[in-house]
Amino acid sequence: MTINVNPPVAPDTAMQMGPQDYIRRSASSVPAPARQLEAVAKLIDVSKCIGCKACQSACLEWNDLREEVGVNAGVYDNPHDLTPNTFTLMRFTEWVNPETDNLEWLIRKDGCMHCADPGCLKACPAPGAIVQYSNGVVDFVKENCIGCGYCVKGCPFDIPRISKVDNRSYKCTLCSDRIAVGQGPACAKACPTKAIVFGTKEEMKAHAAERIEDLKSRGYANAGLYDPPGVGGTHVMYVLHHADKPSIYAGLPDDPRISPLVEAWKGVTKYAGFAVMGIAAAAGVLHMAISGRNRVTVEDDEEARRLTAVAPGAAPLDPSKETLS
Amino acid sequence: MTDSTLHGRPAPQVTKADIDRGDRLHVGREVVVDRYTKWARVNHWITAISLILLALSGLALFHPSLYWLTALFGGGQWTRAIHPWIGVVLFVSFAGLFIRFFRLNLPRREDAQWAAHIGDVLKGDEEKLPEVGKYNAGQKFVFWAMSILITILIVSGLAVWERYFSQYLTVPQLRVAMLVHSMAAVAIICVWIIHVYAAFWVEGTLRAMTRGNVSGGWAWRHHRKWLRALATYGKRDDQSPDGRGPAT
Repeated sequence: MTINVNPPVAPDTAMQMGPQDYIRRSASSVPAPARQLEAVAKLIDVSKCIGCKACQSACLEWNDLREEVGVNAGVYDNPHDLTPNTFTLMRFTEWVNPETDNLEWLIRKDGCMHCADPGCLKACPAPGAIVQYSNGVVDFVKENCIGCGYCVKGCPFDIPRISKVDNRSYKCTLCSDRIAVGQGPACAKACPTKAIVFGTKEEMKAHAAERIEDLKSRGYANAGLYDPPGVGGTHVMYVLHHADKPSIYAGLPDDPRISPLVEAWKGVTKYAGFAVMGIAAAAGVLHMAISGRNRVTVEDDEEARRLTAVAPGAAPLDPSKETLS
Repeated sequence: MTDSTLHGRPAPQVTKADIDRGDRLHVGREVVVDRYTKWARVNHWITAISLILLALSGLALFHPSLYWLTALFGGGQWTRAIHPWIGVVLFVSFAGLFIRFFRLNLPRREDAQWAAHIGDVLKGDEEKLPEVGKYNAGQKFVFWAMSILITILIVSGLAVWERYFSQYLTVPQLRVAMLVHSMAAVAIICVWIIHVYAAFWVEGTLRAMTRGNVSGGWAWRHHRKWLRALATYGKRDDQSPDGRGPAT
């Protein structure tokens, strides 16, 4: 098995990916790609993570980002949340295992999961601001982003962050610029314990299976792979020692899926909305055609004159307001 | 009370309260009735332009097939940035209209009768309808629908205003706000279509919002109770209780 963290420096041209490999493009359609890239995945083995944050540093460095100096709130999480500059974040959870009464320090590297069915892309109104490649990478195209924040609502994992500086949305790219030339993601390359590995999705699943077997042999009966089917599987997967309860890992969703509210907003509201507006306009046209305009008759004018002939409250008509010719 | 048994029907009781400030009857060779003051019209058109710009910029982000509308606002980023500000203008402007118009849009007994005869309304057969004051039940529906929908839209719109307010809400709350905002937007566009259509369909109506007045015949045909009140009490604020006209 090859774990493609340190590939040859010479670019692997077969792996090079570009716009020709889009399988989805937000608010627009793409032609079916001529080839199918092999699905890739990043596997994060939570049981091997030591919380050193080398991945966070590598991410900042490769993507040329700087985080502001923050404040310590008594926990190791730094910064306290994902930001437009922090695409990946170590989240630390102190969890007491009720079965053993042991304190377990759960450390999860949070970031974009690269869903096979991406809620961000579904919600995005700007053509081409979010794209999905045939190898599974979901990427934001900054030039097309309008900063509306719809992706934030669409994401089942609460990942995208909108920059207040340039009003564009940011998240982990899975180092699409590195993958495009046959390299693995910067975080995987920096990880000193190989808790983060990268390769084809099949390879990563096989590797995960070995790790899970090992964990089970060590007493973690519920060890398992987190590759949630509710979003069609993900191209970032976790090996969890307690895969039966993902939410203990700093709120990792137990069964993530695109929210029904987002589905309704992006589905039935659009079609029913257009239908209702169209019907309202068509009804107007039809009504006008059938009944003609509602016109004031000569009799109406005469009645008005009769009624107001002795009106005590009337003012003499200003001749400039006379419209009769 | 003049002409109390016109068409064999007793004329409804009218009071000074059936007249708005600024409504005025002018009688000469023809009858002209002032319906909207200059500032009411300015207020209305600011609201109208805001609503149209909001619909265009909102629809641009509502469906990909309408994304090209962002070009009207200088591109996607500008559309996203300007839409909420236009919303603020609309809200403030509509608040002005609400204060001006709400009193005579409060429901009255004849509104139910009028609504029950909606078939005659659509046929333009107004002699079968009860006499109505300055606003009929249809106009009142538009007024209250706009009032409620604009309130929903401003609240949900502020919630999803990424630049200033989104960070104070959770993602599940934002999803609710987004769905509510888009559904309310569809509803208000439909109300707007009804409003504009009715103004075109009923000839002589647009003039009320352009020049500010309507013909006596229009007032007699569509808002007879209002015309009666004007004929009886004249300009509301200047009229003494004995029904005598003011010294102009």
